[in-house]
This record gives sequence, structure tokens and C-alpha cells, in this order.
Amino acid sequence: MLKTTIYLDNAATTKVSDNVLNAMLPYLKEEYGNPSSIYTLGRNSAIAVNKARHQVAQALGCEDNEVYFTSCGSESDNWAIKSTAKMMAQKGKKHIITSVFEHHAVLHTLDALKKEGFEVTYLPVYSNGIVKVEDVANAIRPDTALVTIMYANNEIGTIQPIPEIGALCKEKGVIFHTDAVQAIGNVHINVKEQNIDMLSLSGHKIHAQKGCGVLYVNKKYRLPPFIDGGAQERGRRAGTENVPAIVGLGVAITDAVNGIDSKNEKLRKFSDKIYNEIMKIDRVHLNGDREKRMPSNLNFSFEGVEGESLLLQLDLQGIAASSGSACTSGSLDPSHVLLSIGLPHEVAHGSLRISMSEYTTEEEIDKLIEVLPVIVNKLRSMSPLWDHIIKGETFKIK
Amino acid sequence: MIYSEKVMDHYANPRNVGEIEDANGVGEVGNAKCGDIMKMFLKIEDNTIKDVKFKTFGCGAAIATSSIATEMIKGKPLSEALKLTNKAVVEALDGLPPAKLHCSVLAEQAIKAAIADYYTRQGIDPTPFVGEIKEDHCDSCCGI
Repeated sequence: MLKTTIYLDNAATTKVSDNVLNAMLPYLKEEYGNPSSIYTLGRNSAIAVNKARHQVAQALGCEDNEVYFTSCGSESDNWAIKSTAKMMAQKGKKHIITSVFEHHAVLHTLDALKKEGFEVTYLPVYSNGIVKVEDVANAIRPDTALVTIMYANNEIGTIQPIPEIGALCKEKGVIFHTDAVQAIGNVHINVKEQNIDMLSLSGHKIHAQKGCGVLYVNKKYRLPPFIDGGAQERGRRAGTENVPAIVGLGVAITDAVNGIDSKNEKLRKFSDKIYNEIMKIDRVHLNGDREKRMPSNLNFSFEGVEGESLLLQLDLQGIAASSGSACTSGSLDPSHVLLSIGLPHEVAHGSLRISMSEYTTEEEIDKLIEVLPVIVNKLRSMSPLWDHIIKGETFKIK
Repeated sequence: MIYSEKVMDHYANPRNVGEIEDANGVGEVGNAKCGDIMKMFLKIEDNTIKDVKFKTFGCGAAIATSSIATEMIKGKPLSEALKLTNKAVVEALDGLPPAKLHCSVLAEQAIKAAIADYYTRQGIDPTPFVGEIKEDHCDSCCGI
């Protein structure tokens, strides 16, 4: 099999940048001290963690003491949601508002809370994959504890009206959390200006290493700890700090936020080029709004083709991408995101997500544009479903 | 998800892909909603499978199981082809990931459906030979 050379799955994870790696290396070698230790070696680590905390705060537009390092985006989501629920339940508020197409780190966390007696309202995202602010307004009740809506969707890249929802939640006095794991480094975020009370992000989506995330919490909330233990993270998140990863995350978020405009300008051109070519294929659909999406993301559905087959064919050509088909989800159902925007199962099975990064090159895009139509044709030529579709026959849908 | 080399070989170079124009036994099983449909074309002479081709909409495992199943029945008498089990297909592929085992059931069922179609065309009730065919595997695959 060919070595993967064209990486178009940056929404899954990203490569560690040279800047990040160089910043991390000393903390993997000579600067191995525990930040809680009093001697110089320990203090050096503590200084490095504080520097990274300041870099994150600068990138988000908050204060240093509002930044907590975690192990990943999922932990940040779990902590924000479960601890807010616990805190607000004491005030008799046990209602949470979210959207139907959140990441499973949010949806499954809410499932757990429902078993403890919380009530959850799931807002629709319509065919364009965007939550309506008026739906949020209509869903807020006197007992609403939390609104949690993702900043940008991980599969279809659509950007949600977060500043508007933030303003609404502020006006109504409801805590607002957003999962910005995909949006960070792609969208301009300022938690104070956009009235975001809590925000989750992850390092490995922005060229830092895996295993390090952040939860921003507005300092007016004393969020109960999620992991009990030592006094790390001002007593709110126990566990010895992952110093090298935290140092890397600080560099990564600085680079990502500073590079948003130049990256997006480049990726918008690539995105337009891919879109214009791929939409020439018969019976192909773009999933999610054409405009209100991150330029790094394109998500197509090819009728009559199954997504995993598509990925394996691309892999044979050295291209790495992703799909929302059932076969790639490990269950019988295709992705809940694609179903939430109204795609029939059989169209969702034929989805392909292309997610680019600042390292994506025009040559790579040209290669994709060259091989993808050939692959789709090849798979359709052996697809009985495609035969049914072009003959206009309806196929069995339960 | 890790596929064996044999699965990847049959996926990348599927054997016996296509249609047989004068096929005298055709079977289609599966369901677009579940994400896989398998169609088998048989040319049967003297109760023997002279030729077989397939078309499949589905994942890598679905394509690989169709491909190897056609190899396993080509040139075989019907009685032997009907004995092909999904287990034999999985073994021939050096195994499948657990989530993909239902694809092998689909291959077995597609062959049975095509042979049943052959018997029906001959005016013979296929039930005693073929048994019950699960054309829609959605309910069956979870139970494996």
C-alpha cells in the first residue's frame, strides 16, 4: 500500500508543527520537573505552564486565571457540562439546551445527565446545519441551567451564531458553553466580546500533540472540580500537568490564532476549486451551508456510493479523508450529523469529509480533484444501488 | 479498523465484477438504508455454476466478501455452492473485524437468492434446496 502523503483529515487530528515540537523538546528532555516542586527544575516547569496559560488566554481574550488545562476536548466538555449541571441543580435548575448535532462528548454526557433527572431540549439544525438563535430564545425557561452549542460542526464545518447566542444567554442570565474544538484556529473567537461563559478546545486539532485540552471558565463561576486530587490548576483540576503538551498547546494556539486570516484566504481558494470540480459529478450533494462554514471543510455525498469504499480507494491513491457512513462509525447507522440535516440514510452512507490545514498544498488538491471523479465512477460501475438510482427505481427504505 | 491483506487484495482487485447478460439466476439482497446491497449473477448449466459475477454497493468488507464468494462457487455444483457458509467466507479472507461479519452473511444470502431465482425460473420450488433467504439483513446482522 502507498504511504499516505496527502492528508485531508485535519478535522480528525493534525500533524505536530515544527514550532510546537521545538518548544516541547526541552520539556521532554532536560526540563522534566514537576511544576508543583519547589526547586529550580520544578519552578521552570511551572513557569512554562504559566506561559502557556497566558498564551491561551491571549488567544481567547480572557484572563490567565480563567484557563484550565485538561487531557482533551472530551474531558473539557464533560467537566463543563456535568459540573455546571451539579452546580445549577442546587438552585433547582435542571434543564439543558443543546443542538441535535453536537459531538458525542456533549450528547453522551447529556444522556448520562438525563439518567440523573435532567431534562434536555435538542434544537434542530435545519438543512443548512445551523442553529437558529430564535429557537434558543424560545427554548430558554426559568429552570434552564445551561445552553451548550458547538462553535463549528466537526463533520460539515458549519459555523453557529455563537456571538448572538452568547448575547441572548447573557440577557437571560443562562450559562453558555461552547465546544470550540473544531472552530479554534479557523474562526475568530473572543470569549468576552462574544459572551461565552465556558469554552472547550483541544490541542491536537491545531498542530499540538494529542492528550491536551483546555476549558475556559468565566471567573464569575466557581465550577466544581471534575477530577479530585492535588491542588493543580488552582485546585479545580487535579493531576500532574502534562508539561510538554501544555507548552506545545500554548505555541500552537498562538500560531493558529495569528494565522487564521492568511490560512482561510488560501483554503477558501482551495475549497472553491474542489467544490467547482466535484459538483460537476452527477448526483453529488454538498452537506452543510455553502457560505457559513469553515473554509477548511467540505463534505459531499455521492449517491450510489458507500463512504468506506470511497475512503479505501482514496487511501490506495495515498489520500487520507473521512466519511460519516455507518461502516466507518462502527454501528449500523450513518452519522447523526448527516441525519440531522435531513439526509436519507443511503445518501449519508455516501459521504466524504475533506478537511484541510495550513499545510495543505494546491498540488494535493489537484490530485484529489483528479482521482475522486474516477473513483466515484469506478464504485458506481459496480454498485447495484447506482443502477436502481439511474433507472429511477425506488429502493427499499425502511 | 484493520482489514487483513486478503480483504484488501479482494477489495482493491475484486474478482468477477460485473453482470452476466444471459444469467439464468439473479439474486439481490441487502438494503440501501443499512449501506450495503449485493447482487449476484449466475450462469448455471447442468446444475453447475459455469459463471458468476457480482455487483456490490457497500464497504470494503462487503466488496471483498462478494469477490471471494464468487471465487469459492465458480465451477461448483449447485449442491456444493449452497453449502457455502458465511464462516467459510470469513475464514477464506483470514478473518473480518467483528462489526463487518454481517457482510459475509450478505454474501451467503446473495448466492442463495440467485440459486433460488434459478430454481424458480425452472419452475421448481426453491424452498427445499435453499431454505429461507433473508433479503433484508438489517435484522439478522446484529445477532451474529
